[in-house]
Amino acid sequence: MAGFYLVLIRRSINLIIVLFLVLVLTVSLLGETMDKILTDSIRQAVVTSLIESKIKFQSAAEQQAYVNQQIQLRIKNLGLDEPWYSPKRFLNTIFKVMMLDLGRSYFVTSESGSPEVADIIAERVPRTLLLFGSATIITFVIGLYLGPYLAERQGRTIDKANVFVSMLSNSLPTFYIGMIMIFAFAFVIPLFPERSIPTSSPSDPFYLLDLLYHMALPLITLVILGIAVQSYFVRLFVVNILDEDFIKAKRAIGVPKKKILYSHALRNAAPPLLNSIILGLAGVFGGALLIEIVFDWPGMGSLLYSAITVNDAPIIIGLVYVSTLIYIAAVFLTDLAYSFFDPRIKAIS
Amino acid sequence: MTIQLRPSRRSDIITGFRHSKLGLTGIIILIFLVGISIYAVTSIPLATFRQWNIPTYWVDYPESAAPAWTNVGMFGPTAAVHTILPYDSSKEILNQTYRGIHTVSRAFSTNFEYGSYPTNFVIPYTTRYGEIPPVLEINVTRPDGLEFRIYYSSLPSNTVLENEGGNSNIDGQETSPQVGQQSTEVQNTYSSRVFSTNRDISQNLRQYIPLFSYTPDVTRPQVMIFSDTQENEILKGPYTFKLTFYFFDEKGVIDDARVILGGTVYGILGTDAFKRDLAIGILWGTPVALFIGLTVAVGTSLIAMIYGITSGYKGGRVDEVMMRINDFFISLPVLILLILISVRYGLNIYLIVVLLVLFGWAGSARLTRSLSLQIKNYQYVEASKLMGESDMKIIFRHIVPQLLPLIFVMIAYSVPAAILAEAGLSFLGLSDMTIPTWGRILNEANAASATTLGLWWWIIPPGLMIGLAGLSFALIGYTLESITNPRRIR
Repeated sequence: MAGFYLVLIRRSINLIIVLFLVLVLTVSLLGETMDKILTDSIRQAVVTSLIESKIKFQSAAEQQAYVNQQIQLRIKNLGLDEPWYSPKRFLNTIFKVMMLDLGRSYFVTSESGSPEVADIIAERVPRTLLLFGSATIITFVIGLYLGPYLAERQGRTIDKANVFVSMLSNSLPTFYIGMIMIFAFAFVIPLFPERSIPTSSPSDPFYLLDLLYHMALPLITLVILGIAVQSYFVRLFVVNILDEDFIKAKRAIGVPKKKILYSHALRNAAPPLLNSIILGLAGVFGGALLIEIVFDWPGMGSLLYSAITVNDAPIIIGLVYVSTLIYIAAVFLTDLAYSFFDPRIKAIS
Repeated sequence: MTIQLRPSRRSDIITGFRHSKLGLTGIIILIFLVGISIYAVTSIPLATFRQWNIPTYWVDYPESAAPAWTNVGMFGPTAAVHTILPYDSSKEILNQTYRGIHTVSRAFSTNFEYGSYPTNFVIPYTTRYGEIPPVLEINVTRPDGLEFRIYYSSLPSNTVLENEGGNSNIDGQETSPQVGQQSTEVQNTYSSRVFSTNRDISQNLRQYIPLFSYTPDVTRPQVMIFSDTQENEILKGPYTFKLTFYFFDEKGVIDDARVILGGTVYGILGTDAFKRDLAIGILWGTPVALFIGLTVAVGTSLIAMIYGITSGYKGGRVDEVMMRINDFFISLPVLILLILISVRYGLNIYLIVVLLVLFGWAGSARLTRSLSLQIKNYQYVEASKLMGESDMKIIFRHIVPQLLPLIFVMIAYSVPAAILAEAGLSFLGLSDMTIPTWGRILNEANAASATTLGLWWWIIPPGLMIGLAGLSFALIGYTLESITNPRRIR
């Protein structure tokens, strides 16, 4: 097992480095925008407090001087007098984001009205995970059944058709199929709602049902696009395993065909299968974010879209961090499972 | 995953493709796409696609019109096809000067054979004249031989430039008088449009009411002009719009004139809610997508090849470090980073290509490395190493040729991913906004809620093109792979 722990440690270090570098990139790209918007909001605050306090001034110049002085004072208090790229502020920002202290948003608020970025994102993350996670799991399970079925029939029409469909669904944008699904099942045949925002409030006893009903169409879209690709991968690895000597031996001693396919072959195909999932995760995650926009599913993708439209930098930084975190965690978990299944890694010890 | 390398000759590949239906399908789609690209680049003027963002360019086109081929008349009467009769299509029937009056007359003919009335008509014109304003007369000759003089009015004079014709328009379009004062002589360039809703037209049509056996509606000239005199129905056949300008000096010229019969269907792909001809956007999207897809694919595969071979061949600590860097690039969330960069700087297609290459090579590099590790241990490679051949020579003589089929497979497989990534960015509204791309057309369709308005011709073609482009390369890659590496696929 020592080899497994070695891999675990190496992967964890890699994870932290990736996270840190992505954050450095994010802050260096958005730091200037953040500063500008912060100073603007300070100016706004000073001017409003001046109007409310009703201080009388002798001249306009004097008033201007007072305003400028107040602004300078507040900027100094907040530490904004140093540029964003000064080591102190830069590291400070990164550290704060890493500790999930994401600050306040500029425009977007959470459904309960909170301007805290952490609150806004926390509200969205479960919904994205629900959609993305359930789609991945459903596709995976269906693929596990379809793959060996196709492997048994390799070279036949249904197998060739599956290759074609998997190539096609790999080439079609998720958001496009989403639009087609809305057109077909919300416009032509009004089975599902056009927009996936649940209509009832979270306190409603039937909220979960309502949520699932609204999630159905985006989920079906993701699953439809995933099935052919997944079963193609499963079939590919199962076919390769079926060629191995130990399977031939099992066949010779009379182990039932079904058992060979679904138990022995499938188990041995697990490591490469997981590897293919890792490489495919990025695409699925990106697709899940884009599909939220099409369906208006209130997850991270649609939040990102609205944050981009109003240039809400703290939200964008927070979202980049959290989605990188989720994405890397998913890669990490599948990677771990891979190392766990792969006999070669155990052999290192 | 065991990957078995098999040397393959060119003839193997050709026969392989000939026997594979999937491969042939891929090739046929690719030829189709290349054909479209060549057609777009050579026959649609570059200016047209540059005008994609300029609404005034598309004024003459119908709004949200379905493709013309849907006009089969299976469900009720056929819709009127939106017809634009350009200046070039008109015939000059008169150009003479008599007693100081310079008369220019042009005829615009069309054959109206549809089951519905035109929704409206618009006659835009641009003319230049001297001090005395000319008079414009518009006549319509109908299939039954009747001629209606629908418009007779003088244009504004040099000093007073008013809006002519558009005073009661319902389309919200504005007339655009452009005063081009030339230094040598006093000459106006005047552009305006005569709308079917113009009050003068209804006034002029009043005199033709007695010709009809029923009372036609003069407030809807597009209906009255195209109606039968005996029965209240459409009169099909050839119509001619004659525009006559009476200039009171020699200098008067018509620069441009068009007749537009409004309809609800147009072109092979219809138009969007911003009146743009979708066919132009879709056609021009093809070379753009192929450019992005191929450049990114070739770029990533080359980097992956160099990186993977170096890492695998050198081995040891170099390999270790290079593979850690590779792990880092594999774990990067590419789409999110692209979004971030485009939010900050804005993207153009070249930058997109560079970024997609930068973030996209890692997966293939891992594969190349594991293969070059295999090849390195082949006996003949070790033999040539012992004979003292340089590393470079070994790499280019022995490793690269072995890997070449795989590189082609990688290139083919990377194209769909690159096209999809660009489409995703465009869909977020973050891509190059100066050119029409398929993803961007989908973004605009989504923003204008084309799905819930039922504008299917705005949604289906662009995504289908993305899918076709990706599919052709994926199928070619699959076939190449099954030829060069039969063990992996079969």
